[in-house]
Amino acid sequence: MAGAHLLGEAMTGGYGATDILHACTIEARPGEIAVIVGPNGAGKSTAMKAIFGMLRLRGGRVSLGGEDITRLSPQDRVARGMAFVPQTSNIFPALSVEENLEMGAFLRRDAIRATMEQVFALFPVLRDKRRQAAGELSGGQRQQVAVGRALMTRPRVLMLDEPTAGVSPIVMDELFDRVIEIARTGLTILMVEQNARQALEIAHRGFVLVQGHNAYTDTGAALLANPEVRRSFLGG
Amino acid sequence: MEGTLNALVVLANYVVIPATAYGAQLALGALGVTLVFGILRFSNFAHGDSMAFGAAVTILTVWALQAAGVSIYPLPTALLALPVGIAATAVLMILTDRAVYRFYRRQKANPIILVIVSIGVMFIMNGLVRFVIGTEDIRFDDGARFIVDVRGFKAATGLAEGLAIRSAQVTTLVTAVAFVAALFWFLNRTRTGKSMRAFSDNEDLALLSGIDPERVVAVTWIITAALATTAGVLYGLDKSFWPTTYFQLLLPIFAAAVVGGLGSPLGAIAGGFLVAFSEVAVTYAFRRAAGHVMPEAWMPEGLVQLLSTDYKFAVSFMILVVVLLFRPTGLFRGTAS
Amino acid sequence: MSRVRLRTPVLFLLVAALIVVTGLAQSWNVALTIVNMGLVSAIVALGLNMQWGYAGLFNIGVMGFLALGGLAVVLVAVPPVAEAWAAGGPRTLAGLALAVAALAGAILLRRRMRPGVARGLATAAVIVLGYVLARAVFVPASEAIERVNPAGTGFLGGLGLPVLVAWPLGGVIAAGAAWLIARVALGLRADYLAIATLGIAEIIVAILKHEDWLTRGVKNVVGIPRPVPYEVDLLSDPAFVARAHLWGTDPVTAASILVKLAYAALFLVVLAILLWMAEKALNSPWGRMMRAIRDNETAAEAMGKDVTRRHLQIFVLGAAVCGIAGAMMTTLDGQLTPGAYQPLRFTFLVWVMVVVGGSGSNWGAVLGGFLIWWLWVMVEPIGAWLLGVVTMPLPASSALKLHLLGSAQHMRLITMGLILLLVLRFAPRGLIPER
Repeated sequence: MAGAHLLGEAMTGGYGATDILHACTIEARPGEIAVIVGPNGAGKSTAMKAIFGMLRLRGGRVSLGGEDITRLSPQDRVARGMAFVPQTSNIFPALSVEENLEMGAFLRRDAIRATMEQVFALFPVLRDKRRQAAGELSGGQRQQVAVGRALMTRPRVLMLDEPTAGVSPIVMDELFDRVIEIARTGLTILMVEQNARQALEIAHRGFVLVQGHNAYTDTGAALLANPEVRRSFLGG
Repeated sequence: MEGTLNALVVLANYVVIPATAYGAQLALGALGVTLVFGILRFSNFAHGDSMAFGAAVTILTVWALQAAGVSIYPLPTALLALPVGIAATAVLMILTDRAVYRFYRRQKANPIILVIVSIGVMFIMNGLVRFVIGTEDIRFDDGARFIVDVRGFKAATGLAEGLAIRSAQVTTLVTAVAFVAALFWFLNRTRTGKSMRAFSDNEDLALLSGIDPERVVAVTWIITAALATTAGVLYGLDKSFWPTTYFQLLLPIFAAAVVGGLGSPLGAIAGGFLVAFSEVAVTYAFRRAAGHVMPEAWMPEGLVQLLSTDYKFAVSFMILVVVLLFRPTGLFRGTAS
Repeated sequence: MSRVRLRTPVLFLLVAALIVVTGLAQSWNVALTIVNMGLVSAIVALGLNMQWGYAGLFNIGVMGFLALGGLAVVLVAVPPVAEAWAAGGPRTLAGLALAVAALAGAILLRRRMRPGVARGLATAAVIVLGYVLARAVFVPASEAIERVNPAGTGFLGGLGLPVLVAWPLGGVIAAGAAWLIARVALGLRADYLAIATLGIAEIIVAILKHEDWLTRGVKNVVGIPRPVPYEVDLLSDPAFVARAHLWGTDPVTAASILVKLAYAALFLVVLAILLWMAEKALNSPWGRMMRAIRDNETAAEAMGKDVTRRHLQIFVLGAAVCGIAGAMMTTLDGQLTPGAYQPLRFTFLVWVMVVVGGSGSNWGAVLGGFLIWWLWVMVEPIGAWLLGVVTMPLPASSALKLHLLGSAQHMRLITMGLILLLVLRFAPRGLIPER
């Protein structure tokens, strides 16, 4: 399926009176992985939420495939082809794996079997455990369920909020491999990551945020090569 | 040998059969409470009076049907009237939700405020029921009385003790089983049912998945109305309809729901039967059963009864306390923590 | 600011006006009856407000604490029945003592033994054995008591002390029961406390209804001695009759009003003391801490406050106030009628009082007590009148009209529910909001 161009342009806003984001711009293109990195409290997750409509913007705009979606609710954005995987509570623990995937496709009225097969092809372990309650799975498997659930809407854009938080390095590599695979199908991927180095290694485009500002924006490889970025954010 | 058989018959007659019917009624009631808790996240104290309201409308319909000469004998007319009671209760509950509960839901009010609100609703429903049908004790079971009667049983088996199975008890059990099966099929097999479970499980993610909360809530109230009305009618068929008893049923029903784990449908059923069997067994006088298996000389004095039936509430309460002390999440882990 | 200050006295004046109008329109006797129960209601509301308003504890077992207060009146004021004591008094008490001992033994075992199957079995055995033994001692004795002149007494009676002693004792008994419940249910979800209190209230009332040796059950204990003069005695006093004539009133009315005024004076003293104490407590560091805990339990716990202990304290105190009010109520009635304890009237109505008055506000609880009690009494005649007007066009013999007119009393419940819902929706902080 085809991805869509996602652009959050000069976004300014926050939760209360104080702004967390200051004219922050994030962009992701079809078939590419865009990664937001930065120190704690830089507003990474906030930027993600702003793009998804969970935060009122005081300035700037968000567009998807050229269409202005700044005023749409998160639910409407889902209907437009955006899928979001929250950092925590991102599965239905009491529902079986298969039911989690079905709920992901709740808005679709067509046959979902083929999409489910694609998800199972991507995460084979889920096929074996499809009758098991999702809450009983391991941390890494739960993340797979969460990503799988998001893919069930057949989104044009997949947004992941720190998908590797709290999983082991092996699981992390595995998960990143899957993300690359998903991007190859043409989807647009936007990801917030704590593990900056590994994330930039797979990123076509990286956004380094500092206190809600764009500090550096470049390709992942270029950011990894940039000595200043390395010194300040990647630990040398 | 015959003594043992006689003792078993006595136990079946006075403990197992009544407790099974009562357990089915409690299970249906507890399912309603647990469903509202799982989806709307508050303990609905108006549930007992919802049961009374559903039963009252059903009884009025029964009278209308009887006046029109409609009968499905040997089955009680109430079964025919049940859908009307369910429909009326569902309408009332959805209107109540629109007028009362929705406001607090949108505000994301503290659940305890919703509990107080449900007390206000309880007052109104209680008044409404009394207004509609009065405060008299009403018997409305016009079906066949017995499926197995004492004399027939004695003649067939040659035992000294008789066994009676009232049709109301069988009706209760069959209706409850059918209802529960339908409910579980709905929750586990249909798209709407699964979306309800998903909503109960993780509300935010359900919203992200495009599940419409208002629709989930409306369906929940309709199912709750069906469960409450059915429980209320079955209880009334088995015993009698008296508005006050329905408020008193709140305690065993909540005990059943909490014991099973609030928010867990399976737990509500298990809790219902646990409470019913404990209540009946603890308040039953075992003297007659004991008489068949014990030598005359060993027979203790008195009724061999643990607790007088006047204190049957105490049984639900004790079970509740024990569970709260040792396993606060209930036997089946519910959504409450 | 001045508007806020004025609000409380204005509202109280309004309620007073309602009662005066009732006095003028109906009779001063009716008005004073409302005042007296209003005073008692204000005290109950004060007690519940401590639990819910100060601390956010969800108690829907108010009825049970009121009933325990009523029991205290019987235990204190009724003269002892010597014959019944002789028939089985000590044995009954011994039976109860055995039950308590078994329970204590079980608790001790749980503390002393290591967890495991053996401990479970041992405790269960102690409880079952103790229970069987206690019943074996208790049942024949209590039955013997109940056989003593069942139509007249059939119970142990009380201590024959002045009835006023029962008021504090009612508080103590209610506090004891509250302590037991709190040990089990505090610290759990709010709804669990609610269900537990609901259950204990039902059990307490069931005990009062069915333990005839203690309370005569549904046969009621009547003629409980009064703390104020009897109308008959007043009327047989020539000086009183002469004075009544001097005032230009009928002596019978004068006597009944004087008795009611005497009750009112007693109740007013109790209310004033409790209200003063409640205000002092609420505005002390203790009260501020209580409210801080209510508003943010986690933060208070993080600051090192022992939340469960504080909750236990306030729960017991609130229950004690309810117990005192329960004793006063039974004293006012002059009889204990266990069958009359209904949760809608004795628990949930008090909730309406507290919520309407303003959760967390003592003056609000007092106002709510008076206002809602006045409404509770007056809704029925008002409802009957209203239905009379509505059904005017119907023929006198219409079945619907008769049904509606006969249902006027149920307007009470509907009205109370509506008031509760309207206040929660449009004035959730009540008539006199907490400061």
